[in-house]
Amino acid sequence: MRGNVILRIAAKLLIPCILLFALYVQFHGDYGPGGGFQAGVIFGSGFILYALVVDIDSARRVVPAVVSRVALALGLLLYAGVGVAGLFLGGRYLNYSVLADVPTTGQHLGITLIELGVGITVAAAMVTVFYVFAGEER
Amino acid sequence: MVVIGLALVQVRDLFGVVMLSGLFTLTAAALYVVMDAVDVAFTEAAVGAGIATVLMLETLALTTGTEKVTRHRAMAPFVMVVVTGAVLIYGTLDMPRYGDPRAPIHHHVAPRYIGESGREVGVPNIVTSVLASYRGYDTLGEVTVIFTATAGVLALIGRSRRRRRQRQSGGGGEGAG
Repeated sequence: MRGNVILRIAAKLLIPCILLFALYVQFHGDYGPGGGFQAGVIFGSGFILYALVVDIDSARRVVPAVVSRVALALGLLLYAGVGVAGLFLGGRYLNYSVLADVPTTGQHLGITLIELGVGITVAAAMVTVFYVFAGEER
Repeated sequence: MVVIGLALVQVRDLFGVVMLSGLFTLTAAALYVVMDAVDVAFTEAAVGAGIATVLMLETLALTTGTEKVTRHRAMAPFVMVVVTGAVLIYGTLDMPRYGDPRAPIHHHVAPRYIGESGREVGVPNIVTSVLASYRGYDTLGEVTVIFTATAGVLALIGRSRRRRRQRQSGGGGEGAG
């Protein structure tokens, strides 16, 4: 799709907005609709749009396949790790109230962290699957 | 959605089928917005209409663009679909009306979530506090499912590709494709 100027310019304008919107959905999930899943998917699709319109090889240079695979596991580990951290601080598994002095602050911190974990895993999963499929063509 | 569904059955060009299914999901997302389930609509639009369509197109690029026309008429599957559909519709007859305040779902744990989550969790969005805090285990399970599914895709497709590349570079490069 290199030759398609209109598509490329439009995508170039849109991609930063999509990625920014994904981050907004990620960190504003406590207040508005959205959260890790949605943010991860939006981020992943924004990146895939970049790979489709610009070039998959330059996309691979931005996020190598290794990075997306490591991020895939990292997100899940972050989620589970928050649970274990609660365990060490004297609470039950995935009880965030013990993460800070004030229970609601702890809950807030825990939710933000696990949503981040969810977002990382989902975005990485999208990119990884996309890479695998796209790599098949050659 | 019914119109799109019927069109999906008729169209033979698989590119059109993918586009129509994307449209189908987008309509479903609009339906969720009408039913005030913004979160679900969000996910449906991004996953169903966005990612799934892209992946289907990639699969098309790998395989072929037209459906193989089968001549025989499959009667047994048709009967099965009709019966299953009828049973499902019969099942909905028993359900409480949409938005009925006396429905059982509004009396189980929902009042507690609505009444107490502000004090216990302190996050304005109750959906988030239910998903991430009260049902933290469920969400952890979902993330694990995503992780496992992706690992499965990698194991199925990613490995065969690597092996082929090795064969290409190592051997005389015969018949890889």
